[in-house]
Amino acid sequence: MKPVSFRYFAPRSVDEAIDLLAEHGEEGKILAGGQSLVPAMNFRLARPASLIDINRIDALDYVREDGGQLRIGALARHARFETPVARGVLAAFLPRVARHIGHLPIRCRGTFCGSIAHADPASEWCLVATTLNAELAIMSRRGRRNVRPNEYFAGALTTTLQPDELLAEIRLGLLDDSWRTGFAEFSRRAGDYALAMAAAVLRLEDGRIVDARLGVGGAADRPSRIAAAEALLTGSDGGPDIVREAGNIAAEAIEPLEDIHASTVYRRDLVRAMVRRALNQALTR
Amino acid sequence: MSEKQDVTFTVNGDKRTIRVEPRRSLADALREDCGLTGTHLGCEHGVCGACTVLVDDQPVRSCLMFAVQADGARVRTVEGLAAGGKLHPLQQAFWDHHGLQCGFCTPGFLMLAAGILERDPNIAEPELREALSANLCRCTGYQNILKSVLAAAFEMRR
Ligand SMILES: Cc1cc2nc3c(=O)[nH]c(=O)nc-3n(C[C@H](O)[C@H](O)[C@H](O)COP(=O)(O)OP(=O)(O)OC[C@H]3O[C@@H](n4cnc5c(N)ncnc54)[C@H](O)[C@@H]3O)c2cc1C
Ligand code: FES
Ligand code: FES
Repeated sequence: MKPVSFRYFAPRSVDEAIDLLAEHGEEGKILAGGQSLVPAMNFRLARPASLIDINRIDALDYVREDGGQLRIGALARHARFETPVARGVLAAFLPRVARHIGHLPIRCRGTFCGSIAHADPASEWCLVATTLNAELAIMSRRGRRNVRPNEYFAGALTTTLQPDELLAEIRLGLLDDSWRTGFAEFSRRAGDYALAMAAAVLRLEDGRIVDARLGVGGAADRPSRIAAAEALLTGSDGGPDIVREAGNIAAEAIEPLEDIHASTVYRRDLVRAMVRRALNQALTR
Repeated sequence: MSEKQDVTFTVNGDKRTIRVEPRRSLADALREDCGLTGTHLGCEHGVCGACTVLVDDQPVRSCLMFAVQADGARVRTVEGLAAGGKLHPLQQAFWDHHGLQCGFCTPGFLMLAAGILERDPNIAEPELREALSANLCRCTGYQNILKSVLAAAFEMRR
């Protein structure tokens, strides 16, 4: 189908974009990669009266290291993360995740920040942001604010981002060589949305886990950290029994979605398996 | 209806200016305003890949881009592949290896494959298989498409 008519704006600067958002935000929308918004518009599920296209704002097109953080601008597209964008551990981790997002033509347009703004439960970047406790830098005419994922994701396709706000930048803390990472995802076909996925980020010292971050996505209405499993892992040697138990804890901790793709029972089983795979990956490299 | 806008871009090397509503997709602009009906539309929501074209050398779904976004861009479609009456190696390989049956998905696969091979002329079979999974074909069962692209990649490296 074809979208309904809309007014189109293509600002060249962040200031201009923010002014347009202040003016049109309530009935308007930002157009980033368009890989989620345009399908919704073509189905007429979304009928924005105005589109504010940020694709011509060069100042938003960056990924850079700064002050121990990886800063990701609103125009950084998924494909950029297929090759290492950072030093250290994130360098290997992000490409492994990026390759699971849709397909190459989707990745050539879609953006990291667009995924966070859209907040699909099966978004890989939403899981990464949650697991790494990313800082989300938000701007509007009213000012700037920074939020963390736990005060941002509010449910499926729902966030605390206001209609006049631009998600300008995502900041991920860089990880030094004492950290290990793992990522596992299950989907029915290559490139499909995940039915369940897990990300494990562990810090090891003398063969012991001294810090553990374990995130699960795709299975519930939003990504989440599994605090009880993190507590079990921390201080342990990450042996087979611990890994198995962490999977069990995660499977019980989530409130699984139930839809035509998978039942709650099946999703819990997938979470159990994905958590174990992600942990084993982190522990064996 | 909202104001029409001028869009100037190059399509297969030719500079064109068209006048379109902002809601006009790049796919529709190519088909309706430029008369280039080689770009096909299957699903119009990004899933099938029949509409794949190259925009500034990147393979993209032209059903998910508005024509106004392509202002100033360099667009390549299936009509631009053959040169001087000679088929592009990808087209020749699809012919030789039965990479098409009904042909509906073919323009999208050809442009996807062109984009993939420009990014990585030496792409290995497993990665190519994964990359080609971006597009849907209801006829061939994909094996011959894979075979065709591998053959073309070999030919293009020679
Ligand atoms: C066939 C297909 C398969 C896909 N598979 C996957 C997958 O496996 N995993 C996955 O995660 N995604 C997948 N996607 C979605 C894709 O990753 C999108 O790129 C992403 O969800 C949204 O990013 P975008 O830049 O395209 O945003 P858009 O579609 O442009 O925007 C999405 C929403 O976010 C808002 N928005 C965008 N950027 C900002 C900003 N900076 N500030 C404020 N609001 C903003 C828009 O107003 C809109 O409401 C798939 C898409 C397709 C078509
Ligand atoms: S028509 Fe564009 S992806 Fe199907
Ligand atoms: S050849 Fe018929 S859909 Fe691919």
